[in-house]
Amino acid sequence: MYTLIESLNSALQAVVAHKLRSVLTMLGIIIGVMAVIAVVSLIQGFSNSVTSEFKGLGADSLTIQSYLPRKQRLAGKIAKVTPDDLLAIQHEVTGISSLSPILPVGRFFNPVRYHGRSTTSRVIGTTPAGALNNGTYPDHGRFIVPSDDLRHRHVAVIGVTLINKLHLPADPLGQFLQISGDWFKIVGVLHARGQIFGFDQDNEVIVPYGAALSMQGGAAVPDIAIQLKVNDPRQIDAVTARITQVLRRQHHLKSGQDDDFKVQTASELLGSFTSVLNAITLILGGIVAISLLVGGIGIMNIMLVSVTERTREIGIIKSLGARRRDILLQFLIEAVTLSVIGGIIGVLFGYGIGVLAAHAVPAFRAAYVPWWAVLLAFGFSATVGVIFGIAPAAKAAALDPIEALRYE
Amino acid sequence: MSDAPLLELRQVSKRYVMGDNILDALKDVNLKIAHNEYVAFIGPSGSGKSTLMNIVGCLDRPTGGEYILNGTPVAQLDDNALAHIRNREIGFIFQNFNLLGRANALHNVMQPLIYRGIALGERRRLASQALQNVGLGERLHHLPNQLSGGQRQRVAIARALVGKPSILLADEPTGNLDSSTSKDVMAMFDTLYRDGHTIIVVTHDPNIAEHCQRVIHIMDGRIVSDKLNGKRREARAGV
Ligand SMILES: Nc1ncnc2c1ncn2[C@@H]1O[C@H](COP(=O)(O)OP(=O)(O)O)[C@@H](O)[C@H]1O
Ligand SMILES: [Mg+2]
Repeated sequence: MYTLIESLNSALQAVVAHKLRSVLTMLGIIIGVMAVIAVVSLIQGFSNSVTSEFKGLGADSLTIQSYLPRKQRLAGKIAKVTPDDLLAIQHEVTGISSLSPILPVGRFFNPVRYHGRSTTSRVIGTTPAGALNNGTYPDHGRFIVPSDDLRHRHVAVIGVTLINKLHLPADPLGQFLQISGDWFKIVGVLHARGQIFGFDQDNEVIVPYGAALSMQGGAAVPDIAIQLKVNDPRQIDAVTARITQVLRRQHHLKSGQDDDFKVQTASELLGSFTSVLNAITLILGGIVAISLLVGGIGIMNIMLVSVTERTREIGIIKSLGARRRDILLQFLIEAVTLSVIGGIIGVLFGYGIGVLAAHAVPAFRAAYVPWWAVLLAFGFSATVGVIFGIAPAAKAAALDPIEALRYE
Repeated sequence: MSDAPLLELRQVSKRYVMGDNILDALKDVNLKIAHNEYVAFIGPSGSGKSTLMNIVGCLDRPTGGEYILNGTPVAQLDDNALAHIRNREIGFIFQNFNLLGRANALHNVMQPLIYRGIALGERRRLASQALQNVGLGERLHHLPNQLSGGQRQRVAIARALVGKPSILLADEPTGNLDSSTSKDVMAMFDTLYRDGHTIIVVTHDPNIAEHCQRVIHIMDGRIVSDKLNGKRREARAGV
């Protein structure tokens, strides 16, 4: 019996004997696996950091946003969650412990000025409960307080990025910022949250909800998001149902019409994010599968060349008593060895690229290669080796001994 | 030894068809060889000696007639059984040595033992013993291209002998060697014969055939004479 170890040994010898050719043969597999691992490590690393962000929101949180299916949006329909909706929920839904709106002011970025310097920043209006609901707390000073809205105060809580961009004093409390023409007194600096996927979470100004509403100009009814926490996480479904009821009435939706808003738990938000990531992973996986296919064809090509080249050698070992299956196994194992070594190199390089990219782009957190990706890469390359090695191996095994010996 | 022949060919023929050309390389060959014979197939180039040898060695199949080895008609055997015979019953030595170029002397000799499932340590032991026996105990780790022609052929002989086959087949074993090295190799065969091996040597050189106990002349695919070598018979009777 020609054991696996014998075959593996001779396969390794053959690989080592033709180093350059082996590497070239493996190139397709190396690149394919490298791409898989690099992409997966980045996506997973990104996903991990986003997941930990979402975890901060907790199991007792709900987020309400306007939502229209793409089709209806294209048809010109508009959906909004309005300040009136906020009031309706506040008055009619029980079991809510804290409720706050998020009202983005103006466009996504608004001009912010200080002492002649100017930058752009996200500006949102919220109520005191926003600190709890959104997990944003000030490091210095204070957050929005109830009296800010009662007294129509123009105050702002700023993210640390603005201190740098506008050259604010290290302790900026009491300084005045000009936002879209209005003056705001800085009363707090938010705890730094860092970047996520190229998006600077600290480039943010929080102002009182009432001030944000008045900056809206009153021309159009704004579309807000609402964040809330429930008293009892076990009641989250009941609260969701009640909110849905209230909003459908507010929006005059008839039975049979779809909701034009979404009430989502943190884990649902995370779920929709994860499903996007999974889709990306899948598409990339498809691309990678194609490159592995190409790699496999490369291996088959070289194995066929190698069989032809070693026709005499095959004749010799047949004359010494090698059976078909000995030769089949030897060439098959050689193909699998090539592709698996290619897989190993690919995993190492891919991880290396992931780590480098994670360092180079701050948006990517630490690269992370899950075990399933490594196993998948190995499984894939071994399978490629078997599938594309079988034809050359069968060809070698079927050679007639005397003709193989006569081969020049 | 039993009286039953080790191998027997009955009306064996080999026909090559190349397009419209038909070439009968062997025509109605009848032949019996017993255990511990020392036989030469002699004849001019192209007469069919190698063709005959390859059939005897189960590397090739006849297109007509019957070949019986150790009482078994070879035609009935499948691929695996033939491989088994090549591995256990036959030791083949070629004019061009046919060593595995990437393997050193030791690994070349170990190779046939792999197909018997002999463990590595034992293979190593048997192979280095076989190389010792042909005087290459100092050259175990040399690659074929680091050895002289005579040394290569001795590696091939060690490889053919390591599995203790019932027949040793040598197709022009000295064809690529100078005359003094040829003498060494033939002396080795003589010793093997005296030790009880069955040996068939293909040659076109009467001086080589001289060593053998039985000389079979082949011409144009036929056996034209089959004689015992007088000198040898005496020598053997003396043993
Ligand atoms: N594979 C083959 N195809 C066609 N003709 C062959 C083949 N092998 C051998 N022959 C022919 O058969 C004849 C005998 O060849 P061979 O047995 O090699 O002769 P020898 O060994 O006596 O020199 C030669 O004419 C040779 O050309
Ligand atoms: Mg010949």
